[in-house]
Amino acid sequence: MVSEEVSKLVDSLIQKYDGHLISVLENIQLFCNYLPSDYLREVSKQLELPLRDVYGAATFYKTFYLNPRGKHICTVCLGTACHVRGGNFIIEEFERQLHIKRGKTTEDNNFTLETVNCMGACAVGPIVIVDGTYYSYFKTLEARKIIRTILKESEKVDITKDKRIFPVKVNCPKCYHSLMDNEYLIDGHPSVKVTISFLDKHGWYRLSCLYGVYNVESEYERPHGVVANYFCPHCHAEMLGTFLCPLCTTQMVSLVLTGGGSVHVCPMRGCKGHLLDV
Amino acid sequence: MPNIKIDGINIEAPKNWTVLDAAKFLGLEIPSLCYDPGLTAGGNCRLCIVEIRESGRSKIVSSCTYPVQEGLEVFTASKRVVNARKIIIELLVAQCPTSKTLQDLAAKMGVKKVRFMPKWDKCIYCGLCVRMCEEQMTGKAIGFTNRGYNLKITTPFDVTSEDCRRCGGCIYICPVCMARCEGTQPSEVLCGRCENSLQPTCLDIFDNYTCWMGLKGDCGTCITEKDGNNNDLREVKKNN
Repeated sequence: MVSEEVSKLVDSLIQKYDGHLISVLENIQLFCNYLPSDYLREVSKQLELPLRDVYGAATFYKTFYLNPRGKHICTVCLGTACHVRGGNFIIEEFERQLHIKRGKTTEDNNFTLETVNCMGACAVGPIVIVDGTYYSYFKTLEARKIIRTILKESEKVDITKDKRIFPVKVNCPKCYHSLMDNEYLIDGHPSVKVTISFLDKHGWYRLSCLYGVYNVESEYERPHGVVANYFCPHCHAEMLGTFLCPLCTTQMVSLVLTGGGSVHVCPMRGCKGHLLDV
Repeated sequence: MPNIKIDGINIEAPKNWTVLDAAKFLGLEIPSLCYDPGLTAGGNCRLCIVEIRESGRSKIVSSCTYPVQEGLEVFTASKRVVNARKIIIELLVAQCPTSKTLQDLAAKMGVKKVRFMPKWDKCIYCGLCVRMCEEQMTGKAIGFTNRGYNLKITTPFDVTSEDCRRCGGCIYICPVCMARCEGTQPSEVLCGRCENSLQPTCLDIFDNYTCWMGLKGDCGTCITEKDGNNNDLREVKKNN
């Protein structure tokens, strides 16, 4: 049985992308981190395409995944230069340490082990990428160390996740000015100050800097369901991101975190959609 | 109607014909695996290649997908075509040595050795079953998945498809599934026993009155044929 949520999401995506299969699949993957089978069946039903065509497209492209991917992705280069320098020993070491085969994900969904044929960095090979960080001249012994540090860090994140709430410091994605207002406190923490405009109103808007708290204060009261445009109070540029809200598929506002990463907030009043991209 | 020339024979072919259609109309034999009159042309197996010469240049095209054009000059059995076809059938046999259709074609074309590493695959990816399912059975249950080395023909998610009616059309049309060659051993990729050595059914020579076919050797099965062509082929086989 297809849940209503799935069919609603697929329907909104199909309308947004004019029935283009690849764009729809890309956005489904954005929400789910992979392409679940019930979504694919729903896409084939709503686009009136045979399921074998949808499945064929999903398996043809390497950026589509039919199985859930781990939180941390380890990519080992097995190109000619890296292979000569011992790339296959490195991947074997990773396989031993993670107890999975290449291309698979650990049972706790923590790690995905992938191979790649060339990164174009043969001079500093063998190359390993873990969560976007490139490790050059990789030695097999390092694999264990890296996995251990990642596990430690993820434990840390879990502790904060248990509390569910932690303060963030955000900057404008265009001019990198801090958006923090130290004089105006919300929930005892400095607030995030932006300018918004909706309908014919234009004024300041303050959000709580605690991630997971939805307390806001605003110059003008905004009715529920109204989407506002968010602007930087320093450079007046609109802070529109590329992500779509997982709850209502509105284009999200992206704010850059001090120290790397970004926070995505849904600009619709009343929608609690938010993403943390570290 | 375009006027084309196939192997020196002029023919006025209707506009929607392909080169293969025209050649078949003339009775010229072009081997083809993935072509079926009831299905759209796929152009996957490349066995039906012909040479086309225009303005001093020559190119090799698949005849099942090449539409007829005015002034086309086609050669269905030039040296270049025959050599190319031999390599193609060699590659196909190496991919799937257990197909009788392929082994017979290889024997017919005089392939005596397969120089490629046998893959012992069970599919040559001609796509006949996919087209059969879609066009004749209106099922759309099977399709190509993955790509490149991992290409496979299967149902979505590798489970029984709801679109499949179990008509068996895919198996019926498959050149590999239906006609199995049981002769090849893992050490020997090429078989061709069926085509190369027709066993004589009559052990003696009979005259027209006693020959039960009434043909005296014309059917090609009595012992007179054994001393002719077939023996030569056997010797060739031994030498290799």
